[in-house]
Amino acid sequence: MRKGYDIAVSFVLAVGVWQLVVWATGVPHYILPGPYRVWQSFVFNFPLIMEHAQITIAEVLIGFVIGAALGMTTAMHLMVSPAARRFMLPVMVFSQAVPVFALAPILTLWLGYGIASKIVMAILIIYFPVASNFFDGLRRCDPGLLDLAQTMGASETSTLLRLRLPAALPSLGSGLRLAAVYAPIGAVIGEWVGSSQGLGYLMLLANGRAKIDLMFAALFVLALFTVALHALVGRASKRMTDWSG
Amino acid sequence: MALSTSSPASGLPGVTLQGDFSHQHQVLFRDLELRVEAAEWTCLLGPSGVGKSTLLRLLAGLETGGAFTGTIDTDDHFPLQGRVAYMGQADLLAPWLNIHDNVLLGARLRGSAPDHGRAETLIARVGLADHTAKRPAALSGGMRQRVALARALMEDRPFVLLDEPFAALDAKTRAEMQELAFELLAGRTVLLVTHDPSEAARLGHHILIMTANGLNRHPTPSRPPIRPYDAPETLAAQIALMSQLRSQPDA
Ligand SMILES: Nc1ncnc2c1ncn2[C@@H]1O[C@H](COP(=O)(O)OP(=O)(O)O)[C@@H](O)[C@H]1O
Ligand SMILES: [Mg+2]
Repeated sequence: MRKGYDIAVSFVLAVGVWQLVVWATGVPHYILPGPYRVWQSFVFNFPLIMEHAQITIAEVLIGFVIGAALGMTTAMHLMVSPAARRFMLPVMVFSQAVPVFALAPILTLWLGYGIASKIVMAILIIYFPVASNFFDGLRRCDPGLLDLAQTMGASETSTLLRLRLPAALPSLGSGLRLAAVYAPIGAVIGEWVGSSQGLGYLMLLANGRAKIDLMFAALFVLALFTVALHALVGRASKRMTDWSG
Repeated sequence: MALSTSSPASGLPGVTLQGDFSHQHQVLFRDLELRVEAAEWTCLLGPSGVGKSTLLRLLAGLETGGAFTGTIDTDDHFPLQGRVAYMGQADLLAPWLNIHDNVLLGARLRGSAPDHGRAETLIARVGLADHTAKRPAALSGGMRQRVALARALMEDRPFVLLDEPFAALDAKTRAEMQELAFELLAGRTVLLVTHDPSEAARLGHHILIMTANGLNRHPTPSRPPIRPYDAPETLAAQIALMSQLRSQPDA
């Protein structure tokens, strides 16, 4: 409850500072609208915002599930296969040097204006944090525990599934929490580059028509969804790893 | 007590390890001969880094990161593999499993049917009957080491390798653990690495001191273990052992 109180206080403070800046600078509302104006726009445009939010949420959730599954599979594969570690790991690390944003136009070209290209953006942006965090956790299993498993006559597979995997769940949780924050970024960038729906599209549209209050309202909904997803994933991974400090 | 925790049915063999060992051309020991007598406690002492843990890992069939040339022979000529239980200084409990499931770790890992009744019996035997549903984090260091002992007993292996298993415990808990382990491991062939002369004086049927030049046998009191820590002959053995260790050069 203490946490909820803290969040409420900092929210009120942030809105207060925002309003103060608007008053103090006298900046026109088509440059920076005040919080109340954004709220009004949110209420007035609620059906429109929700229509677009649905699309973005669907892209993010589908991307999250597929990206997380791919990342986890890759980590397990890297763990069991020395060849994969030798040849795949360098490619994966190098691929991180390519900004995912730079791929958005080409993905749109290949996959079209629909949600597919945005889902792929979300997958690409979360794949590496999930794979690398999980792989790290799998690899860092206590060597003493692994020795013990060997004296107990455990097979490689059962050592992986019954020791390395549960021991790596906290690291997987960190990867998934990062993914929860990154996935919406991927989807929105995809929408900016080319789409006719989604919160990213709506924000661009509102911006272009100088409806900055609508832009902020859409941004606010996006942020709220991201925070909710992060909290949900955080709670789920905490449940899975209630044993770790 | 007619508990299945002691005396594995088959006749117990002793073990002999003979040979050389080196890490990247750096010789750790040469022409070493280690004899571990059947159904008795052999205590192994020696300075840090002399190679005691390496010997244990060789016997346990674990990776040592070095090269061993030589033989590991059992009196019955069956391989040691699959007949060894290992316990170290760290309790190595899986933090996500409760005590009951930690004791059953071997069965879980082998995918064999877990014997829940026997696990509970052993947990009660090490005095943790009230704690079976707890996770390791909720237990003290001494309690966790007792779980590790129950887990080793659950494996029911004739050879038991102990690498400083009580080193991290306070004096009182350590003495209690020595008594409990000695009682529960009765009838098994035990090799115990220890830095504590009093532990060796209490527990050893045989005491060996490892130096850079090999293993030296140290005399043990005529009274069989486990010996009271305050018996004159235990104390005399402890003092003699201490002087012997102090006269050794560092590894
Ligand atoms: N992978 C390794 N490569 C090189 N030297 C090692 C390696 N592992 C252990 N050693 C060395 O082997 C020696 C014996 O180690 P160990 O058997 O653990 O000694 P003890 O248990 O008697 O303290 C030590 O000097 C240690 O530094
Ligand atoms: Mg050692």
